[in-house]
Amino acid sequence: MPTLTIYDAVGAALTEEMRRDHNVIAFGEGIATKRHELVDEFGALRIRNTPLAEGIIAGTAVGAAAMGLRPVVDLLFAPFLCYAMDELVNSAGKLRYLSGGQFSFPLVTLAMTGAGWGVGAQHNHNVEAWFVHSPGLKVVMPSTPADAKALLKTAIRDDNPVLFFLDIGLLYQPGEVPAGEHLLPLGQAAIVRDGRDVTLVSYGKTVHHCQQAADQLAGHGIAAEVIDLRSLKPLDEATILASVRKTGRLVVVHEANRLCGIGAEIAALVAEHAFADLKAPIVRLGGPDAPAAASYPLEQASVPSAEAIAEAARRLCST
Amino acid sequence: MTPKPPAKNPQQLLEQMLLIRAYEEAIVNGSAAGKMPGTCTSVGQEAAAVGVVNALAAEDLILTNHRSAGHLLARGADPGRLLAEVMGRRDGYCKGKSGSLHISAKELGVVLTSTIVGAELSMAPGVALAQSMLGRPGIVVCFFGDGAACEGSFHESLNLAALWNLPILYVCENNHWQAFVHRREAMSREHVADWAAGYGIPARTVDGNDVFAVLEAAQAAATQVRESGRPYLLETLTYRTRGHLEPDDQGYVDKAELATWLARDPIAAGRARLLADGLLSPAQAATMADKVASRIAVAQAFAEASPFPAADELTRDVYA
Ligand SMILES: Cc1ncc(C[n+]2csc(CCOP(=O)(O)OP(=O)(O)O)c2C)c(N)n1
Repeated sequence: MPTLTIYDAVGAALTEEMRRDHNVIAFGEGIATKRHELVDEFGALRIRNTPLAEGIIAGTAVGAAAMGLRPVVDLLFAPFLCYAMDELVNSAGKLRYLSGGQFSFPLVTLAMTGAGWGVGAQHNHNVEAWFVHSPGLKVVMPSTPADAKALLKTAIRDDNPVLFFLDIGLLYQPGEVPAGEHLLPLGQAAIVRDGRDVTLVSYGKTVHHCQQAADQLAGHGIAAEVIDLRSLKPLDEATILASVRKTGRLVVVHEANRLCGIGAEIAALVAEHAFADLKAPIVRLGGPDAPAAASYPLEQASVPSAEAIAEAARRLCST
Repeated sequence: MTPKPPAKNPQQLLEQMLLIRAYEEAIVNGSAAGKMPGTCTSVGQEAAAVGVVNALAAEDLILTNHRSAGHLLARGADPGRLLAEVMGRRDGYCKGKSGSLHISAKELGVVLTSTIVGAELSMAPGVALAQSMLGRPGIVVCFFGDGAACEGSFHESLNLAALWNLPILYVCENNHWQAFVHRREAMSREHVADWAAGYGIPARTVDGNDVFAVLEAAQAAATQVRESGRPYLLETLTYRTRGHLEPDDQGYVDKAELATWLARDPIAAGRARLLADGLLSPAQAATMADKVASRIAVAQAFAEASPFPAADELTRDVYA
């Protein structure tokens, strides 16, 4: 299997989808410069640089999607989505419904998120829950190059607006990517490790922290099941519930602020539907209610570590 | 249904303006009687809508905002389905899910109506991009107010449309009001058209209360957009003679300014011109008024007879 980084997997997905469908176009602040091979293959009309104006980039994508194109826009860093919030939330997310279903908005918004580069809070902010909370949008956040490629291809083919978050810390880590056409449905979590004692649910870079925690737990005789959500909306509720019904214990882990984060939703889901199967309280591990610091050790301290995850799981298993 | 061909003669322009006025008056009365929600009317601005829409071809696309009744009716929308939409009924253009504020009608080429002030401007480049990349002939007309022109999206939209050579006819209906703020309190210049120069976009300001002047200016502008494939900005200078959102006592409006504009009512002016030019007789004018009144009565009966959507519509059409 070829080895790619997530950055390259995004390029590969774009290339394949642009070859497959002439209506796929891509634009953003420097995408034509950074992915020049796409300009060479598809021309300057289908891959464009834009002004540094996230609102008009997103709004243009919304209008183009409504009229039959399938735009992918690169908005660089997740905090910049604040400038595109109106177009994504109020236009892309709502105008299908408000028009009584007359329009659909097949567009993908790429944004980098999370700790890893020490770029500080105005470039590092995990805002995915904002969009999960907004009707009409779908939200994806892969943790491996293979998933990034397969999910981006599916997102481009989806007739709804998809927010596609790329974890900065994982962007240049290589991974194996199946050759040839490989697609994954949105809304299907991966069980990346089987276990019977405790369920660790996560997405993005903390999936890898959960896997390291599971290794540590194995040394203590605890078999942790690790679930990578991959897509946050639609959310694979069935896989989460089945796992918790089996293990009776749940630790939800993400890098975004714990307050009103995805973890809160998953905890509530399990409390509503699998309360009787729980052998211990649900634990949520997330970032603090604080902007991300630029200082590398502080930035890293805001992300749940493998040790913290293992410690939480051990405590649950001892009750 | 495809968009109705534009009116062919001056009498039809007058009739369209009368229809818009009568439609909005029916809503004003209905909302005063508690039968309908309040709306943002375009009373006083009918000439701007009728003049521009009649300059368009069937394949052209329209984006508009919360004050859209004139644009939709001039494009041939059925007043019954519009009223049904305003009343939240099943037979409305958007199944009752839009209400009055975001009515779009794809079949009429009226796409992407948004009530977020300025959002129509942010989406217009994308619609025009699709038209040109998919090789479709129509140009894109984007109606917006002077309030929207003060949003960043106006400037971002014009800049991108100029850079990317997008066939957009921007039409600013400068009606002097931005909800409860007079435009002189909010705009650094007298005319929105002045701002186009900064982007190298040709622009013109026209008397928005003279339907014939608007039609002529819009025809010239649309032709230029069609031939150049580039944007153009037309500013129609007019006045919102009723309040922002019904009901509205307009206590904040300068009485003398309002009186000046009421004396320049576009419908009265259009009718007087046709009578003076011998293109309309008093008897024909009366017949026209009766015809419009009966159309609205039929529309109202249709809307009132239309059922409310079933509760299971609540979560339909959220996702494609
Ligand atoms: C982003 C946003 N801000 C504020 C409002 C509230 N609002 C609705 S209409 C309006 C006035 C808009 O003025 P203008 O663009 O001149 O259009 P007009 O109503 O005069 O036709 C305002 C402030 C809104 N709908 N959207």
